[in-house]
Amino acid sequence: MSLSEFLDMGGYAFYVWTSYGLSFVLMLMLVILPMQRKKQLVRRIRKTIRRGNQS
Amino acid sequence: MWKFILKLTSFKHFYQFSGKILPWLGAITFILFAVGLYWSLVIAPIDYQQKDSYRILYIHVPAAWMSLFVYIVMATSGAIHLIWKTKLSEVIAYSCAPIGAVFTFLALVTGAIWGHPTWGTWWVWDARLTSELILLFLYIGYMALYSAIEDRASAARAAAILAIVGVVNIPIIHYSVDWWFTLHQSASISVTKGSSMHPSMYWPLVVMATAFKFYFATVLLMRTRNEILERDQNANWIKEQEKSL
Repeated sequence: MSLSEFLDMGGYAFYVWTSYGLSFVLMLMLVILPMQRKKQLVRRIRKTIRRGNQS
Repeated sequence: MWKFILKLTSFKHFYQFSGKILPWLGAITFILFAVGLYWSLVIAPIDYQQKDSYRILYIHVPAAWMSLFVYIVMATSGAIHLIWKTKLSEVIAYSCAPIGAVFTFLALVTGAIWGHPTWGTWWVWDARLTSELILLFLYIGYMALYSAIEDRASAARAAAILAIVGVVNIPIIHYSVDWWFTLHQSASISVTKGSSMHPSMYWPLVVMATAFKFYFATVLLMRTRNEILERDQNANWIKEQEKSL
């Protein structure tokens, strides 16, 4: 099977790739958003600790 | 064993333990998806009626299964929180909602995309599709209720009650294809009767469904750990382990 045949999905390219693409994007977001949130939280926690140590 | 479980219900121990298993869960998820996607998109044979369009099944079915599974986890954690007032179960229930909403949305949208070439329509107001849409509204309602009530404790209680009441929808979704006349096909795979799918199409589905399960566990732990960090940010254990958060 050639690559173009694979991408064509027997003429159903639009249906198959829209389904897989949309799922990929949304499920990736559910991974990336918590990662960013965690960075934010850790940064905030370290800041408060440093402020606490100074006073 | 009980001691271990009880210990885990504390934020501190749960955070430490989940931090150890999270990389492994992530790695297993990644491998399962790599194998599952290759198997379902390349190796699995073409369907003699639906041709390649049937490959949507490998996303649609796991997403639909997970939409129900996540809801049950969410309602159960909510119930545990109502009964034993455990903080951890509340955080887990809260973290489930957006994940479940995404799975439900994907099940609906991939179903519509699959329905167009197969049924000739994107949408019908039949029992299966409508009850799954109600599930999406339940998830959204749950999140809205949580953010609408300012007091965290009463928000958690109200949301848990909503989730528990909404459980009636789960068997309705599951049996809708048998109870009512519908365009949606009935189950090809059942716990009691096994599978009517050919093994060459069935096994990639098993791998994809397992990948979705591990993905859910990974994402749920990530969200839960963030919630713990946020709520316990002034606790001593966080200050002591600041370096290894």
